[in-house]
Amino acid sequence: MRYEKPQTVADAARLLTAEKGITRVLGGGTDVLVQLKAGMVEPDLIVDIKALPGIRAIVAEAGGFRIGAAVSNAQLGEDAAVRALWPGVVEAAGLIGSTQVQGRATMAGNLCNASPAGDAVPALVAAGAVARVAGPGVARDVPVEAIPAGPGKTTLKRGEFITSIFLPARPAKSGDAYLRFIPRTEMDIAVASAAVSLTLNDQGVITAARVALGAVAPTVRLVDDAATAIIGTKLHDDAQAALAAACSAACAPIDDKRGTIEFRTEVAGVLAKRAARIAYTRAGGQA
Amino acid sequence: MAFDSHEKRQFKQVGTRPPRPDGVDKVTGRAQYGADVTAPGMLTARILRSPHAHARIVSIDTSEAEAMAGVKGVVTGRDFALPEDAGLADIAVNVMARDKALYDGHAVAAVAAVSPAIAKAALKAIKVQYEVLPHVTDVDAAMQPGAPVVLEGRALESVPAGMSVNVTHASEFGHGDLAAGFAKADRIVERSFKTAATHQGYIEPHACLASVTVDGKADLWCCTQGQFMVRTVCAALMGMEASQLRVTASEIGGGFGGKTTVFIEPVALVLARKTGRPVKITMTRDEVFRATGPTVSTSIDVKIGMTKDGRITAGEARLRYSGGAFPCGTVDMGAMAAFAAYDLEAVRTQGWNVLTNRPKEAAYRAPGAPQAIYAVESVVDELCQILKLDPLDVRIRNAAKKGTKSSYGPVFDDIGLLATLEAAKAHPHYKAPLKPGQARGVSCGFWFNFGGNTCVSLNVNTDGTVGVTEGNPDIGGSRASISLMAAEELGIPYDKVRTIVADTASLGYNDVTDGSRVTFSVGLATIAAARDAKVKMCARAAKIWGIDDEAVEWKDGAAWPAGPNAGQFPPMSLAEIAAVSFQTGGPIAGHHEVNADGAGVSFGVHLCDLEVDPETGKTTILRYSVFQDAGKAVHPDYVEGQMQGGAVQGIGWALNEEYIYGRDGRLQNPGFLDYRVPVASDLPMIEAVILEIPNPGHPYGVRGVGETPIVPPLAAISNGVSRAVGVRMQELPLSPPRVLKAIKAA
Ligand SMILES: Cc1cc2nc3c(=O)[nH]c(=O)nc-3n(C[C@H](O)[C@H](O)[C@H](O)COP(=O)(O)OP(=O)(O)OC[C@H]3O[C@@H](n4cnc5c(N)ncnc54)[C@H](O)[C@@H]3O)c2cc1C
Repeated sequence: MRYEKPQTVADAARLLTAEKGITRVLGGGTDVLVQLKAGMVEPDLIVDIKALPGIRAIVAEAGGFRIGAAVSNAQLGEDAAVRALWPGVVEAAGLIGSTQVQGRATMAGNLCNASPAGDAVPALVAAGAVARVAGPGVARDVPVEAIPAGPGKTTLKRGEFITSIFLPARPAKSGDAYLRFIPRTEMDIAVASAAVSLTLNDQGVITAARVALGAVAPTVRLVDDAATAIIGTKLHDDAQAALAAACSAACAPIDDKRGTIEFRTEVAGVLAKRAARIAYTRAGGQA
Repeated sequence: MAFDSHEKRQFKQVGTRPPRPDGVDKVTGRAQYGADVTAPGMLTARILRSPHAHARIVSIDTSEAEAMAGVKGVVTGRDFALPEDAGLADIAVNVMARDKALYDGHAVAAVAAVSPAIAKAALKAIKVQYEVLPHVTDVDAAMQPGAPVVLEGRALESVPAGMSVNVTHASEFGHGDLAAGFAKADRIVERSFKTAATHQGYIEPHACLASVTVDGKADLWCCTQGQFMVRTVCAALMGMEASQLRVTASEIGGGFGGKTTVFIEPVALVLARKTGRPVKITMTRDEVFRATGPTVSTSIDVKIGMTKDGRITAGEARLRYSGGAFPCGTVDMGAMAAFAAYDLEAVRTQGWNVLTNRPKEAAYRAPGAPQAIYAVESVVDELCQILKLDPLDVRIRNAAKKGTKSSYGPVFDDIGLLATLEAAKAHPHYKAPLKPGQARGVSCGFWFNFGGNTCVSLNVNTDGTVGVTEGNPDIGGSRASISLMAAEELGIPYDKVRTIVADTASLGYNDVTDGSRVTFSVGLATIAAARDAKVKMCARAAKIWGIDDEAVEWKDGAAWPAGPNAGQFPPMSLAEIAAVSFQTGGPIAGHHEVNADGAGVSFGVHLCDLEVDPETGKTTILRYSVFQDAGKAVHPDYVEGQMQGGAVQGIGWALNEEYIYGRDGRLQNPGFLDYRVPVASDLPMIEAVILEIPNPGHPYGVRGVGETPIVPPLAAISNGVSRAVGVRMQELPLSPPRVLKAIKAA
């Protein structure tokens, strides 16, 4: 196994492209190292991206923020401006692991690990975040929801990796929230999760919304029907019920040691409802 | 040794809370745990484990692994002797499979190599040909006629003909006329329950280092609850004499009963003998879960009759336990403990142990009792609900007390159950109002406690300090408690006493640290050894004063002339006597050896307030109180620690912990990610209320406290959840999917 720590994006892409065997990009390593220890993967090449220029920076851009791919969740959580604009995203990233894990884990790693249960992913999808992908060719921007292809698989091509994630600007009177269900209070994997981002008009009516679900399908689900169910409403009980029903209908989960199909389907709707209420309040709505 | 009832004792040190002697080393990372021991030239061994729940081992080809550079030795089941004793033979087969792999994770071969990486690579080079057999992991399924047969010919004579071949044990306890008892009842409730196997979840994985010399002497360092047990078992498996095997116990990062047997120690010894090099084995967490100590999994039926005013007229339980792939007597404990809290005219329990393709059960705090008592306390609670009776009043009404003929036979001596129930009832917790959606669960718990073989030496040093040498690994602060008892008895300060845990060559035999026995038995032996030393010190003073030995007595840490006729001499302190001991006959030491009885049974009562999220089925524990009789709390911090720790482990068992097997018979959750022990933020502060009703069988009245606290939480929580959701829950754990399903079905 080779370990490389390139200094430029081009070198990183070259190393990843040239290697014939199994490669792994190393962000915080909180998934990679666990997988190595468990013998789940034996890479031939590990490319540590933490020395790439700007990869650990948070930069304001076009009213939003560009989050470097190696920005740890702890660093993200300390950024008051990002927290103020996208509290749901920051909270979702902040749920990952323990204090120790927070010091290393990244949102890009969470996304590229491609676990259906990754906590940062639904919040990023609801936020309409965009990943910047570098590789052998020119850099391209990809909506976050297009990155995961299935459990443990991404749509990134050979030699490609993410250099940053862009959280866009948003209108006033907007709010987002993320909730996950775990049987304990921390250090657990989401059994089901939901993220809601929404914008209100001056009357408190929802004018735009995005709803994303985690751990209920092979990849994160962006549920248009759920958004439709609350757009044009003040999130009254009927709208909440319709939101929950649309979310449950969008679930295609598995039965496993963490939860049953029945449970995940039901609870995804419950979480969406609760997350919507938080987002609504954050947007300044009177719930 | 009887309670010192002749004197009204004012304890000076026992009952205080000094810092534990092992504390600094533990918080600074200096303490030597099992994996911290190394030796020059040491090899690392890894164990190959069966991926199948049940398979015939057709062949094992180790040649390729043996040929690898850096591999120094490979062993399989053929390298292990099979002792004649059935219990030892089962341990041997569990340590290394012979003709069959009996569960997912069963060891089939081991490699010792010059590095962990080579050992790991060599495992892949071992070719095992398996013939996969049908398997069974569910206790009820294993009892069915036609179930896959785990082992043949293992049924004891007590098992009636016609039962599944997998049934190995049957037992029955009770007294009185059941039919007449049920006839007197106003209400009878009959329910069936299931509990999942749980793991002790100790933080420290098993680890050991073995060294065998060419002339057949061996040393073994390991993390264990009993170095003497390790010696007995390993010597038998190795065909060695006990004197030639010295076992040293490391500090221990938790055991809870799970380290009262051996797993890797014989493998390390056999490899060390084969390679001529020291061999170290450290289990991974995955191995700990797959191949060591879970509890029994159970299926239990309970039937109880009650009068309108809350008198239990009859109780009956049928318990089906599985201790995994080997015969296991734990069901007897459950059958004995099920109704122990009650004074009953008519009671009967029957128990069966059933073989399944799961790891061999190992003890876990009060083995067998939590499951049985969970089932009984659930039905008692349901009767209280139906008859609109206060659950503590009903338990007070039926409580066993001094003179009660227990449900398992013996007549109880002084026991603290009634006092404990009354303390719970009088506590503010029981009167605190509950908000809508919240509920309160109540349960009693019981454990037998144990005394057993114990040997202690107490050395008086010439500088006036004292060393206590005992033979039980300290898993709960016992060195502090033992030092306190020695200091109390000798009348010297606590910090003048140092207690150490000796290896097997340095002291007589001690039973393992189990049965909540150490503070009781080792404490008792320490007090006796101190008394022995005091007699000797009095004799030295008598010699110096030129008076009879009998004319000297020990008081307040010094020898005094006993009464006016003995003469006028200034008292001699321990330090003064010790300082001149070389001139008065040589070193001074006290000893005591005993097979202690009189441990005295133990009862506890738990109260739990909780709420259940009606939309997700998730339970949150809001308030939790433990009431328990400690006889005498020698070091109250550690008594409270046991009460809190037991409650927390019980909460985990009740809510989320379980061995989950797939259809393929493989364990699905061999790690702390999916084997969910409670995390700190899941828990409220556990309030521990210690009662002190002296145990008649100990000079200071001490009673073991380590096991009882894990017994009540299962029912306390299940009763709370059942009341909160309005459905009687009948299966553990109360994981959110299970609870939500029950809510939806209601
Ligand atoms: C104790 C513990 C608790 C955890 N708890 C949670 C939890 O609560 N919720 C949760 O969702 N996860 C949890 N995780 C998993 C993990 O911490 C997260 O998925 C984390 O976000 C991964 O980030 P990382 O930077 O450490 O990723 P890494 O381990 O560095 O990488 C993860 C994967 O993504 C790839 N990768 C990383 N960065 C890039 C990139 N820039 N471009 C392309 N590919 C990339 C890697 O090659 C690898 O396949 C936990 C892990 C541990 C050890």
